[in-house]
Amino acid sequence: MTAVSPIPLAPHDELTPEEAKGARKRRRPRHIRGSRPGWIVYGVLGVFLLASVFPYYWSFLIGSGDSSTIRDTGMSWIPGGNFIANSLKVVNDPAVNFWLALWNSIWSSAIIAFSVVFFSTLAGWAFAKLRFGGSKWLLVFVIATMAVPTQLGVVPLYILFADLGWTGQIGAIIVPALVTAFGVFWMTQYLQQAVPDELIEAARVDGANSFRTFLTVGLPAARPAAAMLGLFTFVTAWNNFFWPFIVLDRQNPTLPVALSLLQSNYFIDYSIVLAGVILATIPLLLLFVFAGKQLVSGIMAGAVKG
Amino acid sequence: MTSTLTPPAATENPDAPTRRTRRIGFGHRLSHWDLKFSPYLYISPFFLLFVIVGLFPIAYTAVISFMDWDLVRNSGTFIGFDQYTWVLSNPKFWIALRNTFSIFLLSSIPQLAAAIFIAAMLDQNIRAKTFWRMGVLIPYVMAPVAVALIFSAMFGDKYGLVNTALQNIGLPAIPWHSNAFASHIAIATMVNFRWTGYNTLILLAAMQAIPRDYYEAATVDGAGKARQFFSITVPSLRPTLIFVIITSTIGGLQIFDEPRMYDQYGTGGPNSQWLTITLWLYNIGWGEWNFGRAAALAWILFLIILVIGIVNLFVTRRLVRDEGSRNPLSRRERRAAERSARDRVAAQSRAAVAASTTDKEEAR
Repeated sequence: MTAVSPIPLAPHDELTPEEAKGARKRRRPRHIRGSRPGWIVYGVLGVFLLASVFPYYWSFLIGSGDSSTIRDTGMSWIPGGNFIANSLKVVNDPAVNFWLALWNSIWSSAIIAFSVVFFSTLAGWAFAKLRFGGSKWLLVFVIATMAVPTQLGVVPLYILFADLGWTGQIGAIIVPALVTAFGVFWMTQYLQQAVPDELIEAARVDGANSFRTFLTVGLPAARPAAAMLGLFTFVTAWNNFFWPFIVLDRQNPTLPVALSLLQSNYFIDYSIVLAGVILATIPLLLLFVFAGKQLVSGIMAGAVKG
Repeated sequence: MTSTLTPPAATENPDAPTRRTRRIGFGHRLSHWDLKFSPYLYISPFFLLFVIVGLFPIAYTAVISFMDWDLVRNSGTFIGFDQYTWVLSNPKFWIALRNTFSIFLLSSIPQLAAAIFIAAMLDQNIRAKTFWRMGVLIPYVMAPVAVALIFSAMFGDKYGLVNTALQNIGLPAIPWHSNAFASHIAIATMVNFRWTGYNTLILLAAMQAIPRDYYEAATVDGAGKARQFFSITVPSLRPTLIFVIITSTIGGLQIFDEPRMYDQYGTGGPNSQWLTITLWLYNIGWGEWNFGRAAALAWILFLIILVIGIVNLFVTRRLVRDEGSRNPLSRRERRAAERSARDRVAAQSRAAVAASTTDKEEAR
């Protein structure tokens, strides 16, 4: 970003060059965007942040109480001591299969994230840096597929997987998610500007073949974008519900499917349901604590280009 | 390459040049093939998988939608448009359509308004930027199912937090699960909770790309913060707004997780108060096991999304243009004013530069 210093001008006030110069000198070193905003801005942001965090806290509150907590009108805002007991009820419930669901969610999301990153980088590399006939139209086609709703394909996909005997298997949620149009688009956008063409030419002059060039030039350059794409894909795969809910057995669920079972089993006892919700949310919250910064910059980077 | 290569000395060994030429020729051809075909190889995983799990199912859905699908034989008999007629003549379809639109509007409009507003707050020169940015994204990592469970507990009719709070301040409790509109508000709240922060960051990114001299020029012309927001920020966000509105339309019209988890039965309420199209699609397909009808409904949903997407594009263009021209000036006049303001700032900075060089010269 170029240092554009805002000249603080009073309305309809023409500054003399000297004044303008003075103002600029004072301002430029510390702030690019002008002065710090007042407390109102922090107040608004603080309220919004509280609203974002409040449902988590409230469900922990209910989840740590006993079954009557939700009915108490004069509810206490300090967590009770039953969270562990409630959680144990969730994880030990044979109908919910909590540990299996957790394990299924982890490995299926990891495989999906890895595969999407690899295939998207490969395709993105081709679209961004290699010349081939029809590349422009193929890329437009890829982007157009992003607008197609999931529901459009679920009926035949279900029939297909039922024929293969895959219904109830985690493979049935992994295979359709192995590539995404968004991933290809994202990596294309990134690689286009991240790798100078001279670098590829240099690799070619040195005698590297096309795949070798991809491995030694493309992949390392793609690393930041690949990390973000992986993170996104992981979160999306982890939270996905519609298709897993259709195709998976109740005996072999992912976490969201297990959560949905929780409600039908314990629909009166919200303390157990919400303890389960908190329990199921912890893994992604941990991921967010460690990688939230990348996720934020990923969303912001994607927006500029999208 | 244009550099002239010295040909190998043919006189020393007469066999060498031919051998070498042949070897180079083969290598060339290999690398030519490599260059020509490997791009297709690289994009093929995407297209292969997309054809199998994306394109084929879409086409097949169209086929199934004209059939009466028999689950036992796992094949269908062609019946023409009967499934479409059944869907369109079913009152539940129109209720589901109404609910879907109601929830979509109740979620996307407040969500985008809040997102723009908060993005404008974050766009200022605040302290601890990363902290606030991460803070607004916290709800995004929570699974929609989890969000739905929490909020359906909060919006409980008898013991829910919201009704308790309402009664504590002397207001009547709202029947969040029996009144259709109230249930739409509750479901829209879940959607807003999860997506506002995400859209905020997208809009923030677009805001940061607006050249700062526009604001300088506006300040020169005496525009206040609010005026600058509506006359510069909002119009400049237009492409991003279109993008955000279209994505949230596609997502909003497909809403399933939240209404499915809003009560323990998952049927959209006893009187279909919060039955959405996708929820109905699930109930037809995997509750009544009627794949032909579900496929027809899927195609109808797709066409609706397509139409709404196109309408959105036009409306957004209009709307955002109007936001910009709330002042009596026409577009052309505004542009001229902007230009002159920019020129004035440029002239000032030129003058400042000139002044500083004269300063330097005087100092010399």
